[in-house]
Amino acid sequence: MDAEEIHHILVQRFGDAIASATLDAATPFAVVAAHRLLDVASFLRHDHALAFDNLMCLSGVDYPKETPPRLEVVYHLFSHFHFQTFALKVHLPRENPSVASVESLWGVANWHEREAWDLFGIVFTGHSDLRRILLPDDWQGHPLRKDWQDPDYYNGMHVKPTAQMMDRVLQGERIGVGPFDFTPPNRDLEPS
Amino acid sequence: MTSPAAGWARDWDEDGLDTDEMVINMGPQHPATHGVLRLELRTDGEVVRGARPHIGYLHRCFEKHAENVDYPGVMPYADRMDYVASMGNTLGFALTVEQLMGIDPSPYVQTIRVLMAELQRIASHAVAVGTYTMDIGAFTPFLHLLRDREKILDLFEWTCGARLLYNYNWVGGVSHDLPDGFIRAARDFLREFDSVTFPELLDLIIHNKIFVKRLANVGVCAPELAISYDLTGPNLRGSGVPRDLRKDAPYSSYQQYDFDVAVGVGQYGPVGSCFDRNWVRVVEMRESSKIVHQALDRLEAMEKADVHETVPKRVKPPKGEVYGRSEAPRGQLGFYLVSDGGIMPYRLKVKSPCFTAMSAFHHLAKGMMIADVIALIGSLDIVLGEIDR
Repeated sequence: MDAEEIHHILVQRFGDAIASATLDAATPFAVVAAHRLLDVASFLRHDHALAFDNLMCLSGVDYPKETPPRLEVVYHLFSHFHFQTFALKVHLPRENPSVASVESLWGVANWHEREAWDLFGIVFTGHSDLRRILLPDDWQGHPLRKDWQDPDYYNGMHVKPTAQMMDRVLQGERIGVGPFDFTPPNRDLEPS
Repeated sequence: MTSPAAGWARDWDEDGLDTDEMVINMGPQHPATHGVLRLELRTDGEVVRGARPHIGYLHRCFEKHAENVDYPGVMPYADRMDYVASMGNTLGFALTVEQLMGIDPSPYVQTIRVLMAELQRIASHAVAVGTYTMDIGAFTPFLHLLRDREKILDLFEWTCGARLLYNYNWVGGVSHDLPDGFIRAARDFLREFDSVTFPELLDLIIHNKIFVKRLANVGVCAPELAISYDLTGPNLRGSGVPRDLRKDAPYSSYQQYDFDVAVGVGQYGPVGSCFDRNWVRVVEMRESSKIVHQALDRLEAMEKADVHETVPKRVKPPKGEVYGRSEAPRGQLGFYLVSDGGIMPYRLKVKSPCFTAMSAFHHLAKGMMIADVIALIGSLDIVLGEIDR
Protein backbone atom coordinates (compact mmCIF):
# COMPACT_ATOMS: atom_id res chain seq x y z
CA MET A 1 0.00 0.00 0.00
CA ASP A 2 1.51 3.33 -0.94
CA ALA A 3 1.17 6.68 0.75
CA GLU A 4 -1.68 7.84 -1.48
CA GLU A 5 -3.83 4.87 -0.55
CA ILE A 6 -3.15 5.37 3.14
CA HIS A 7 -4.06 9.02 2.79
CA HIS A 8 -7.23 8.09 0.90
CA ILE A 9 -8.29 5.71 3.69
CA LEU A 10 -7.64 8.38 6.32
CA VAL A 11 -9.58 11.07 4.45
CA GLN A 12 -12.52 8.72 3.92
CA ARG A 13 -12.68 7.88 7.58
CA PHE A 14 -11.75 11.14 9.26
CA GLY A 15 -12.72 13.77 6.68
CA ASP A 16 -11.76 17.25 7.81
CA ALA A 17 -9.43 16.00 10.54
CA ILE A 18 -6.84 15.34 7.82
CA ALA A 19 -5.95 18.94 7.05
CA SER A 20 -3.45 18.42 4.25
CA ALA A 21 -0.89 15.97 2.98
CA THR A 22 2.41 15.94 1.10
CA LEU A 23 2.66 12.59 -0.61
CA ASP A 24 5.40 13.15 -3.20
CA ALA A 25 8.09 13.99 -0.63
CA ALA A 26 10.93 11.63 0.22
CA THR A 27 9.02 10.79 3.39
CA PRO A 28 5.28 11.28 2.75
CA PHE A 29 3.19 12.72 5.54
CA ALA A 30 -0.31 13.87 6.41
CA VAL A 31 -1.18 16.78 8.69
CA VAL A 32 -3.79 15.94 11.30
CA ALA A 33 -5.90 18.30 13.38
CA ALA A 34 -4.42 18.23 16.87
CA HIS A 35 -7.66 17.38 18.68
CA ARG A 36 -8.17 14.25 16.54
CA LEU A 37 -4.60 12.99 16.70
CA LEU A 38 -5.27 10.18 19.16
CA ASP A 39 -8.19 8.86 17.06
CA VAL A 40 -6.17 8.88 13.84
CA ALA A 41 -3.09 7.36 15.49
CA SER A 42 -5.19 4.69 17.18
CA PHE A 43 -6.80 3.81 13.84
CA LEU A 44 -3.40 3.56 12.13
CA ARG A 45 -2.14 1.39 14.96
CA HIS A 46 -5.06 -1.04 15.19
CA ASP A 47 -6.52 -1.27 11.68
CA HIS A 48 -5.55 -4.60 10.11
CA ALA A 49 -4.83 -3.17 6.69
CA LEU A 50 -2.47 -0.55 8.13
CA ALA A 51 -1.16 -1.98 11.42
CA PHE A 52 1.52 0.62 12.14
CA ASP A 53 2.87 -1.14 15.20
CA ASN A 54 6.16 0.70 15.40
CA LEU A 55 6.73 4.38 16.18
CA MET A 56 10.16 4.95 14.67
CA CYS A 57 10.61 8.54 15.68
CA LEU A 58 8.75 11.38 17.33
CA SER A 59 10.21 14.82 16.77
CA GLY A 60 9.31 18.36 17.62
CA VAL A 61 10.08 21.14 15.15
CA ASP A 62 9.78 24.88 15.69
CA TYR A 63 8.63 27.20 12.88
CA PRO A 64 8.46 30.72 14.35
CA LYS A 65 8.61 32.46 10.96
CA GLU A 66 5.67 30.67 9.34
CA THR A 67 2.25 32.32 9.35
CA PRO A 68 0.86 31.57 11.79
CA PRO A 69 3.95 30.65 13.86
CA ARG A 70 3.72 27.04 14.93
CA LEU A 71 5.30 24.06 16.57
CA GLU A 72 5.08 20.70 14.85
CA VAL A 73 5.15 17.21 16.22
CA VAL A 74 6.11 14.60 13.65
CA TYR A 75 5.35 10.91 14.08
CA HIS A 76 7.24 8.49 11.83
CA LEU A 77 5.48 5.15 11.71
CA PHE A 78 6.46 1.74 10.42
CA SER A 79 4.43 -1.42 10.05
CA HIS A 80 6.16 -4.71 10.74
CA PHE A 81 3.26 -6.55 9.10
CA HIS A 82 3.12 -4.69 5.81
CA PHE A 83 6.60 -3.16 5.60
CA GLN A 84 5.32 0.31 4.99
CA THR A 85 6.13 3.69 6.42
CA PHE A 86 4.04 6.80 6.91
CA ALA A 87 4.30 10.01 8.86
CA LEU A 88 1.79 12.14 10.72
CA LYS A 89 2.17 15.77 11.70
CA VAL A 90 0.24 17.98 14.04
CA HIS A 91 0.48 21.77 14.08
CA LEU A 92 0.39 23.43 17.49
CA PRO A 93 0.45 27.10 18.52
CA ARG A 94 3.73 28.31 20.00
CA GLU A 95 1.97 29.53 23.14
CA ASN A 96 0.73 26.71 25.38
CA PRO A 97 1.19 23.89 22.84
CA SER A 98 -0.62 20.77 23.91
CA VAL A 99 -1.51 17.50 22.21
CA ALA A 100 -2.70 14.08 23.36
CA SER A 101 -0.03 11.57 24.32
CA VAL A 102 0.27 8.43 22.19
CA GLU A 103 2.02 6.53 24.95
CA SER A 104 -0.90 4.10 25.20
CA LEU A 105 -0.34 3.02 21.57
CA TRP A 106 3.43 2.87 21.41
CA GLY A 107 5.44 2.45 24.59
CA VAL A 108 8.46 4.19 23.17
CA ALA A 109 6.47 7.43 22.89
CA ASN A 110 6.95 7.89 26.63
CA TRP A 111 10.59 8.93 26.35
CA HIS A 112 10.25 10.65 22.99
CA GLU A 113 7.47 12.84 24.38
CA ARG A 114 9.49 13.64 27.47
CA GLU A 115 12.27 14.76 25.14
CA ALA A 116 9.88 16.95 23.12
CA TRP A 117 8.60 18.49 26.37
CA ASP A 118 12.13 19.02 27.59
CA LEU A 119 13.50 20.68 24.47
CA PHE A 120 10.39 22.34 22.97
CA GLY A 121 7.95 22.73 25.84
CA ILE A 122 5.19 20.73 24.17
CA VAL A 123 2.74 19.37 26.74
CA PHE A 124 1.45 15.86 26.08
CA THR A 125 -1.85 15.43 27.90
CA GLY A 126 -2.39 12.02 29.41
CA HIS A 127 1.33 11.31 29.66
CA SER A 128 2.15 9.22 32.71
CA ASP A 129 5.40 10.90 33.71
CA LEU A 130 6.10 14.16 31.90
CA ARG A 131 9.46 15.19 33.32
CA ARG A 132 12.60 16.60 31.78
CA ILE A 133 14.80 13.85 30.41
CA LEU A 134 18.00 15.20 28.88
CA LEU A 135 18.39 18.51 30.71
CA PRO A 136 18.70 18.95 34.49
CA ASP A 137 15.44 19.07 36.43
CA ASP A 138 16.02 22.70 37.47
CA TRP A 139 16.64 23.96 33.93
CA GLN A 140 14.53 26.91 32.82
CA GLY A 141 13.15 27.10 29.29
CA HIS A 142 13.20 24.91 26.22
CA PRO A 143 16.44 25.30 24.26
CA LEU A 144 15.58 23.83 20.86
CA ARG A 145 13.10 26.61 20.18
CA LYS A 146 14.50 28.96 17.59
CA ASP A 147 14.18 32.05 19.79
CA TRP A 148 16.17 30.48 22.63
CA GLN A 149 18.67 32.75 24.35
CA ASP A 150 21.38 31.22 26.51
CA PRO A 151 20.94 32.28 30.13
CA ASP A 152 23.72 34.33 31.73
CA TYR A 153 23.79 32.23 34.88
CA TYR A 154 22.99 28.66 35.72
CA ASN A 155 22.97 27.90 39.46
CA GLY A 156 25.26 30.86 40.07
CA MET A 157 27.76 29.91 37.37
CA HIS A 158 28.47 32.06 34.33
CA VAL A 159 27.20 30.23 31.25
CA LYS A 160 28.98 32.44 28.75
CA PRO A 161 31.28 35.40 29.30
CA THR A 162 29.62 38.79 29.05
CA ALA A 163 31.20 41.78 27.30
CA GLN A 164 32.21 43.24 30.67
CA MET A 165 33.87 39.99 31.65
CA MET A 166 35.76 39.91 28.35
CA ASP A 167 36.96 43.48 29.00
CA ARG A 168 38.25 42.46 32.40
CA VAL A 169 40.01 39.45 30.85
CA LEU A 170 41.59 41.66 28.18
CA GLN A 171 42.91 43.95 30.91
CA GLY A 172 44.79 41.03 32.37
CA GLU A 173 42.45 40.01 35.14
CA ARG A 174 41.98 36.30 35.59
CA ILE A 175 38.33 35.54 36.31
CA GLY A 176 36.34 32.40 36.74
CA VAL A 177 39.29 30.05 36.86
CA GLY A 178 39.89 29.76 40.58
CA PRO A 179 43.19 30.06 42.44
CA PHE A 180 45.20 27.87 40.07
CA ASP A 181 48.84 28.49 39.30
CA PHE A 182 49.49 27.93 35.64
CA THR A 183 53.24 28.45 35.69
CA PRO A 184 54.97 25.34 34.37
CA PRO A 185 56.72 23.37 37.11
CA ASN A 186 60.05 23.14 35.28
CA ARG A 187 60.36 26.88 34.81
CA ASP A 188 63.66 27.06 36.63
CA LEU A 189 65.24 24.72 34.13
CA GLU A 190 64.46 26.94 31.16
CA PRO A 191 67.21 29.28 30.01
CA SER A 192 66.30 32.80 31.04
CA MET B 1 20.80 4.42 51.14
CA THR B 2 17.06 4.93 51.49
CA SER B 3 16.06 8.21 49.99
CA PRO B 4 13.27 9.91 51.92
CA ALA B 5 12.49 12.06 48.89
CA ALA B 6 11.53 9.06 46.81
CA GLY B 7 7.81 9.12 47.43
CA TRP B 8 7.16 6.37 44.96
CA ALA B 9 8.79 3.80 47.25
CA ARG B 10 6.16 1.92 49.20
CA ASP B 11 7.20 0.97 52.70
CA TRP B 12 4.75 -1.76 53.55
CA ASP B 13 2.56 -4.10 51.64
CA GLU B 14 -1.18 -4.19 52.35
CA ASP B 15 -0.87 -7.09 54.77
CA GLY B 16 2.04 -5.45 56.52
CA LEU B 17 4.25 -8.52 56.23
CA ASP B 18 6.69 -7.34 53.57
CA THR B 19 10.22 -6.42 54.32
CA ASP B 20 11.20 -2.81 53.94
CA GLU B 21 11.62 -1.57 50.43
CA MET B 22 14.73 0.35 49.73
CA VAL B 23 15.65 2.77 46.98
CA ILE B 24 19.14 2.21 45.69
CA ASN B 25 20.95 4.48 43.28
CA MET B 26 23.07 2.54 40.84
CA GLY B 27 25.36 4.92 39.02
CA PRO B 28 26.08 7.39 37.53
CA GLN B 29 29.63 6.31 38.36
CA HIS B 30 29.18 2.58 38.20
CA PRO B 31 31.51 0.43 36.10
CA ALA B 32 28.72 -1.79 34.79
CA THR B 33 26.46 0.96 33.51
CA HIS B 34 28.68 1.47 30.45
CA GLY B 35 28.92 5.20 30.87
CA VAL B 36 27.14 7.67 33.07
CA LEU B 37 23.72 6.17 33.61
CA ARG B 38 21.88 6.41 36.90
CA LEU B 39 19.37 3.74 37.79
CA GLU B 40 16.98 4.32 40.64
CA LEU B 41 16.09 0.83 41.82
CA ARG B 42 13.27 0.12 44.24
CA THR B 43 14.34 -3.11 45.85
CA ASP B 44 12.81 -5.62 48.19
CA GLY B 45 15.82 -7.49 49.50
CA GLU B 46 17.59 -8.64 46.36
CA VAL B 47 14.53 -8.34 44.14
CA VAL B 48 14.00 -5.26 41.99
CA ARG B 49 10.39 -4.07 42.29
CA GLY B 50 10.79 -1.08 40.05
CA ALA B 51 13.45 0.78 38.13
CA ARG B 52 13.73 4.29 36.82
CA PRO B 53 16.64 5.16 34.55
CA HIS B 54 17.90 8.73 34.68
CA ILE B 55 19.79 9.86 31.61
CA GLY B 56 21.21 13.13 30.38
CA TYR B 57 24.55 13.18 32.20
CA LEU B 58 26.34 13.18 28.84
CA HIS B 59 24.04 15.58 27.01
CA ARG B 60 26.13 17.67 24.62
CA CYS B 61 23.35 19.45 22.70
CA PHE B 62 24.05 17.63 19.43
CA GLU B 63 20.77 18.72 17.89
CA LYS B 64 21.27 22.37 18.87
CA HIS B 65 24.85 22.34 17.60
CA ALA B 66 23.72 20.79 14.32
CA GLU B 67 21.42 23.76 13.68
CA ASN B 68 24.39 26.13 13.95
CA VAL B 69 27.06 24.51 11.77
CA ASP B 70 27.05 23.57 8.11
CA TYR B 71 26.49 20.00 6.96
CA PRO B 72 30.14 18.89 6.76
CA GLY B 73 30.54 20.43 10.22
CA VAL B 74 27.85 18.16 11.63
CA MET B 75 29.90 15.08 10.76
CA PRO B 76 32.41 15.29 13.64
CA TYR B 77 29.54 15.82 16.08
CA ALA B 78 27.75 12.79 14.63
CA ASP B 79 30.97 10.82 15.14
CA ARG B 80 30.82 11.56 18.82
CA MET B 81 27.32 10.22 19.42
CA ASP B 82 28.06 6.51 19.45
CA TYR B 83 31.77 6.71 20.06
CA VAL B 84 32.22 2.94 19.97
CA ALA B 85 30.92 2.72 16.40
CA SER B 86 31.53 6.08 14.76
CA MET B 87 31.50 4.81 11.18
CA GLY B 88 27.85 3.83 11.53
CA ASN B 89 26.77 7.29 12.68
CA THR B 90 28.45 9.24 9.93
CA LEU B 91 27.28 6.76 7.32
CA GLY B 92 23.70 7.24 8.47
CA PHE B 93 23.96 11.01 8.36
CA ALA B 94 25.69 11.02 4.97
CA LEU B 95 23.01 8.74 3.51
CA THR B 96 20.25 10.99 4.86
CA VAL B 97 21.70 14.16 3.33
CA GLU B 98 22.42 12.35 0.07
CA GLN B 99 18.82 11.18 -0.06
CA LEU B 100 17.63 14.77 0.20
CA MET B 101 20.16 16.06 -2.34
CA GLY B 102 19.74 13.18 -4.78
CA ILE B 103 23.40 12.22 -4.76
CA ASP B 104 24.29 8.67 -5.74
CA PRO B 105 27.92 7.86 -4.94
CA SER B 106 29.90 5.62 -7.25
CA PRO B 107 29.98 1.83 -6.68
CA TYR B 108 33.60 2.18 -5.54
CA VAL B 109 32.64 4.56 -2.75
CA GLN B 110 29.65 2.45 -1.79
CA THR B 111 31.85 -0.64 -1.52
CA ILE B 112 34.35 1.18 0.67
CA ARG B 113 31.50 2.36 2.88
CA VAL B 114 30.15 -1.16 3.26
CA LEU B 115 33.64 -2.45 3.99
CA MET B 116 34.21 0.16 6.70
CA ALA B 117 30.74 -0.18 8.19
CA GLU B 118 31.11 -3.93 8.55
CA LEU B 119 34.61 -3.74 9.99
CA GLN B 120 33.19 -1.24 12.46
CA ARG B 121 30.36 -3.64 13.26
CA ILE B 122 32.88 -6.35 14.14
CA ALA B 123 34.84 -3.90 16.28
CA SER B 124 31.71 -2.63 18.00
CA HIS B 125 30.32 -6.08 18.74
CA ALA B 126 33.75 -7.06 20.02
CA VAL B 127 33.44 -4.38 22.68
CA ALA B 128 29.82 -5.24 23.36
CA VAL B 129 30.43 -8.95 23.84
CA GLY B 130 33.80 -8.48 25.51
CA THR B 131 32.67 -6.02 28.15
CA TYR B 132 29.54 -8.07 28.65
CA THR B 133 31.47 -11.16 29.60
CA MET B 134 33.49 -9.00 31.94
CA ASP B 135 30.31 -7.65 33.53
CA ILE B 136 29.19 -11.13 34.42
CA GLY B 137 32.56 -12.34 35.59
CA ALA B 138 34.74 -13.65 32.77
CA PHE B 139 37.89 -11.78 31.91
CA THR B 140 39.59 -13.77 29.14
CA PRO B 141 37.15 -13.22 26.24
CA PHE B 142 37.46 -9.48 26.78
CA LEU B 143 41.20 -9.61 26.18
CA HIS B 144 40.85 -11.79 23.09
CA LEU B 145 38.23 -9.51 21.57
CA LEU B 146 40.00 -6.26 22.38
CA ARG B 147 43.13 -7.69 20.75
CA ASP B 148 41.21 -8.10 17.52
CA ARG B 149 39.46 -4.77 17.82
CA GLU B 150 42.87 -3.12 18.01
CA LYS B 151 43.73 -4.61 14.64
CA ILE B 152 40.61 -3.14 13.08
CA LEU B 153 41.36 0.23 14.63
CA ASP B 154 44.85 0.01 13.17
CA LEU B 155 43.31 -0.50 9.74
CA PHE B 156 41.12 2.57 10.26
CA GLU B 157 44.04 4.61 11.50
CA TRP B 158 46.03 3.62 8.46
CA THR B 159 43.19 4.74 6.20
CA CYS B 160 42.09 8.03 7.70
CA GLY B 161 44.46 8.82 10.53
CA ALA B 162 42.04 8.41 13.43
CA ARG B 163 41.44 5.46 15.67
CA LEU B 164 38.04 6.22 17.18
CA LEU B 165 36.43 9.34 15.72
CA TYR B 166 37.05 9.16 12.01
CA ASN B 167 35.04 11.85 10.20
CA TYR B 168 35.47 9.37 7.36
CA ASN B 169 32.10 9.34 5.59
CA TRP B 170 31.42 12.60 3.82
CA VAL B 171 28.27 13.73 2.09
CA GLY B 172 28.78 12.24 -1.37
CA GLY B 173 31.93 10.27 -0.67
CA VAL B 174 34.56 9.31 1.85
CA SER B 175 37.49 11.37 3.07
CA HIS B 176 40.37 9.12 1.99
CA ASP B 177 40.88 6.38 -0.54
CA LEU B 178 42.10 3.04 0.82
CA PRO B 179 45.90 2.97 1.13
CA ASP B 180 47.92 0.55 -0.99
CA GLY B 181 48.10 -2.82 0.66
CA PHE B 182 44.92 -2.31 2.67
CA ILE B 183 43.12 -5.21 1.03
CA ARG B 184 45.90 -7.62 1.85
CA ALA B 185 46.14 -6.42 5.44
CA ALA B 186 42.39 -6.69 5.86
CA ARG B 187 42.48 -10.22 4.51
CA ASP B 188 45.24 -11.13 6.95
CA PHE B 189 43.11 -9.82 9.77
CA LEU B 190 40.02 -11.68 8.59
CA ARG B 191 41.93 -14.95 8.21
CA GLU B 192 43.00 -14.70 11.81
CA PHE B 193 39.57 -13.62 12.99
CA ASP B 194 37.76 -16.43 11.19
CA SER B 195 40.16 -19.18 12.09
CA VAL B 196 41.28 -18.18 15.59
CA THR B 197 39.16 -15.55 17.35
CA PHE B 198 35.74 -16.67 16.27
CA PRO B 199 36.15 -20.36 17.23
CA GLU B 200 37.71 -19.19 20.48
CA LEU B 201 34.72 -16.99 21.05
CA LEU B 202 32.32 -19.87 20.56
CA ASP B 203 34.30 -22.03 22.95
CA LEU B 204 34.72 -19.37 25.60
CA ILE B 205 31.24 -17.88 25.53
CA ILE B 206 28.53 -19.45 23.44
CA HIS B 207 29.25 -23.11 24.22
CA ASN B 208 30.27 -22.35 27.76
CA LYS B 209 27.90 -23.94 30.23
CA ILE B 210 28.45 -21.27 32.86
CA PHE B 211 27.59 -18.50 30.41
CA VAL B 212 24.51 -20.29 29.12
CA LYS B 213 23.17 -21.19 32.55
CA ARG B 214 23.73 -17.66 33.75
CA LEU B 215 21.83 -15.94 30.97
CA ALA B 216 19.43 -18.23 29.14
CA ASN B 217 16.47 -17.33 31.39
CA VAL B 218 17.35 -13.77 32.29
CA GLY B 219 15.90 -10.54 30.90
CA VAL B 220 13.39 -12.06 28.52
CA CYS B 221 11.94 -9.50 26.11
CA ALA B 222 8.81 -10.58 24.25
CA PRO B 223 8.62 -9.57 20.57
CA GLU B 224 5.49 -7.46 21.19
CA LEU B 225 7.26 -5.51 23.89
CA ALA B 226 10.33 -5.12 21.69
CA ILE B 227 8.26 -3.70 18.83
CA SER B 228 6.18 -1.44 21.09
CA TYR B 229 9.34 0.03 22.58
CA ASP B 230 11.01 0.24 19.19
CA LEU B 231 13.95 -1.99 20.04
CA THR B 232 15.99 -2.45 16.90
CA GLY B 233 19.08 -4.21 15.68
CA PRO B 234 20.46 -7.13 17.71
CA ASN B 235 18.01 -6.46 20.54
CA LEU B 236 15.01 -6.93 18.26
CA ARG B 237 16.53 -9.86 16.41
CA GLY B 238 17.36 -11.45 19.75
CA SER B 239 13.62 -11.44 20.42
CA GLY B 240 13.09 -13.49 17.28
CA VAL B 241 11.96 -10.75 14.89
CA PRO B 242 13.96 -11.00 11.67
CA ARG B 243 14.32 -7.32 10.80
CA ASP B 244 17.50 -5.95 9.34
CA LEU B 245 17.55 -2.81 7.21
CA ARG B 246 20.45 -4.20 5.24
CA LYS B 247 17.99 -6.79 3.91
CA ASP B 248 14.65 -4.98 4.21
CA ALA B 249 15.54 -1.58 2.76
CA PRO B 250 19.06 -1.97 1.40
CA TYR B 251 21.30 1.07 1.10
CA SER B 252 24.84 1.33 -0.29
CA SER B 253 24.17 -1.75 -2.49
CA TYR B 254 23.80 -4.13 0.45
CA GLN B 255 21.41 -6.19 -1.69
CA GLN B 256 24.39 -7.40 -3.72
CA TYR B 257 26.04 -9.08 -0.75
CA ASP B 258 25.34 -12.60 0.39
CA PHE B 259 24.83 -12.85 4.14
CA ASP B 260 22.34 -14.16 6.65
CA VAL B 261 20.42 -12.25 9.29
CA ALA B 262 21.06 -13.67 12.73
CA VAL B 263 17.82 -14.17 14.64
CA GLY B 264 17.50 -15.42 18.19
CA VAL B 265 15.95 -18.88 18.42
CA GLY B 266 16.20 -19.58 22.14
CA GLN B 267 18.35 -22.72 22.09
CA TYR B 268 18.53 -22.93 25.86
CA GLY B 269 15.50 -21.03 27.12
CA PRO B 270 12.81 -18.57 26.12
CA VAL B 271 13.43 -16.46 23.02
CA GLY B 272 14.57 -12.93 23.75
CA SER B 273 16.78 -13.64 26.74
CA CYS B 274 20.10 -11.97 27.42
CA PHE B 275 21.77 -15.02 25.95
CA ASP B 276 19.90 -14.64 22.66
CA ARG B 277 20.84 -10.99 22.28
CA ASN B 278 24.47 -11.86 22.78
CA TRP B 279 24.30 -14.89 20.55
CA VAL B 280 22.94 -12.65 17.79
CA ARG B 281 25.90 -10.28 18.21
CA VAL B 282 28.41 -13.10 18.05
CA VAL B 283 26.83 -14.59 14.92
CA GLU B 284 26.64 -11.13 13.35
CA MET B 285 30.38 -10.82 13.68
CA ARG B 286 30.77 -13.85 11.46
CA GLU B 287 28.23 -12.52 8.97
CA SER B 288 30.00 -9.15 8.88
CA SER B 289 33.22 -10.99 8.21
CA LYS B 290 31.51 -12.63 5.22
CA ILE B 291 30.41 -9.23 3.92
CA VAL B 292 33.90 -7.79 4.35
CA HIS B 293 35.34 -10.69 2.34
CA GLN B 294 32.90 -9.98 -0.48
CA ALA B 295 33.56 -6.25 -0.37
CA LEU B 296 37.30 -6.91 -0.64
CA ASP B 297 36.67 -9.21 -3.62
CA ARG B 298 34.68 -6.48 -5.31
CA LEU B 299 37.33 -3.85 -4.62
CA GLU B 300 39.99 -6.09 -6.13
CA ALA B 301 37.95 -6.49 -9.31
CA MET B 302 37.21 -2.75 -9.50
CA GLU B 303 39.14 0.11 -11.01
CA LYS B 304 40.23 2.63 -8.41
CA ALA B 305 38.08 5.73 -8.66
CA ASP B 306 38.09 9.21 -7.20
CA VAL B 307 36.40 9.01 -3.81
CA HIS B 308 35.61 12.75 -3.94
CA GLU B 309 33.95 12.57 -7.33
CA THR B 310 30.39 13.12 -6.09
CA VAL B 311 31.25 15.29 -3.11
CA PRO B 312 29.40 18.57 -3.71
CA LYS B 313 31.40 21.80 -3.48
CA ARG B 314 28.74 23.23 -1.21
CA VAL B 315 26.40 20.96 0.66
CA LYS B 316 23.12 22.81 0.27
CA PRO B 317 20.12 20.48 0.12
CA PRO B 318 16.88 21.78 -1.37
CA LYS B 319 14.01 22.76 0.88
CA GLY B 320 12.36 19.66 2.20
CA GLU B 321 12.55 16.97 4.81
CA VAL B 322 13.51 13.34 4.98
CA TYR B 323 13.69 10.57 7.54
CA GLY B 324 16.79 8.49 6.81
CA ARG B 325 17.44 5.14 8.44
CA SER B 326 20.44 2.89 8.50
CA GLU B 327 21.46 -0.22 10.36
CA ALA B 328 24.13 0.88 12.81
CA PRO B 329 25.78 -1.82 14.97
CA ARG B 330 23.38 -1.04 17.82
CA GLY B 331 20.24 -0.93 15.72
CA GLN B 332 18.32 1.41 13.48
CA LEU B 333 19.79 4.85 13.56
CA GLY B 334 17.32 7.41 12.27
CA PHE B 335 17.95 11.01 11.23
CA TYR B 336 14.97 13.31 10.73
CA LEU B 337 16.38 16.16 8.71
CA VAL B 338 14.46 19.32 7.85
CA SER B 339 16.17 21.64 5.39
CA ASP B 340 15.15 25.20 4.64
CA GLY B 341 17.42 25.37 1.61
CA GLY B 342 20.33 26.83 3.57
CA ILE B 343 23.79 25.50 4.31
CA MET B 344 22.84 24.49 7.87
CA PRO B 345 20.18 21.96 8.88
CA TYR B 346 16.98 23.64 10.01
CA ARG B 347 16.27 20.75 12.35
CA LEU B 348 18.04 17.46 12.89
CA LYS B 349 16.52 14.92 15.21
CA VAL B 350 18.33 11.69 15.93
CA LYS B 351 16.45 8.51 16.73
CA SER B 352 19.05 6.62 18.67
CA PRO B 353 18.64 2.85 19.02
CA CYS B 354 20.12 2.89 22.52
CA PHE B 355 17.64 5.57 23.62
CA THR B 356 14.67 3.42 22.67
CA ALA B 357 16.24 0.28 24.14
CA MET B 358 16.75 2.09 27.42
CA SER B 359 13.13 3.27 27.45
CA ALA B 360 12.01 -0.36 27.79
CA PHE B 361 14.36 -0.95 30.69
CA HIS B 362 11.82 -0.50 33.50
CA HIS B 363 9.65 -3.23 31.98
CA LEU B 364 12.49 -5.68 31.62
CA ALA B 365 14.04 -5.03 35.02
CA LYS B 366 10.87 -5.51 37.05
CA GLY B 367 11.08 -8.62 39.22
CA MET B 368 14.75 -9.25 38.56
CA MET B 369 17.53 -9.84 41.03
CA ILE B 370 19.95 -6.93 41.38
CA ALA B 371 22.79 -8.99 39.95
CA ASP B 372 20.69 -9.68 36.86
CA VAL B 373 20.19 -5.95 36.27
CA ILE B 374 23.89 -5.79 35.40
CA ALA B 375 23.41 -8.64 32.95
CA LEU B 376 20.42 -6.87 31.42
CA ILE B 377 22.13 -3.51 30.89
CA GLY B 378 25.08 -5.20 29.20
CA SER B 379 22.89 -7.30 26.94
CA LEU B 380 21.06 -4.20 25.65
CA ASP B 381 24.47 -2.88 24.62
CA ILE B 382 23.88 0.79 25.32
CA VAL B 383 26.31 3.61 24.69
CA LEU B 384 25.42 6.65 26.75
CA GLY B 385 26.95 9.04 24.27
CA GLU B 386 24.22 8.10 21.86
CA ILE B 387 21.39 8.08 24.40
CA ASP B 388 22.19 11.56 25.67
CA ARG B 389 23.53 12.99 22.41
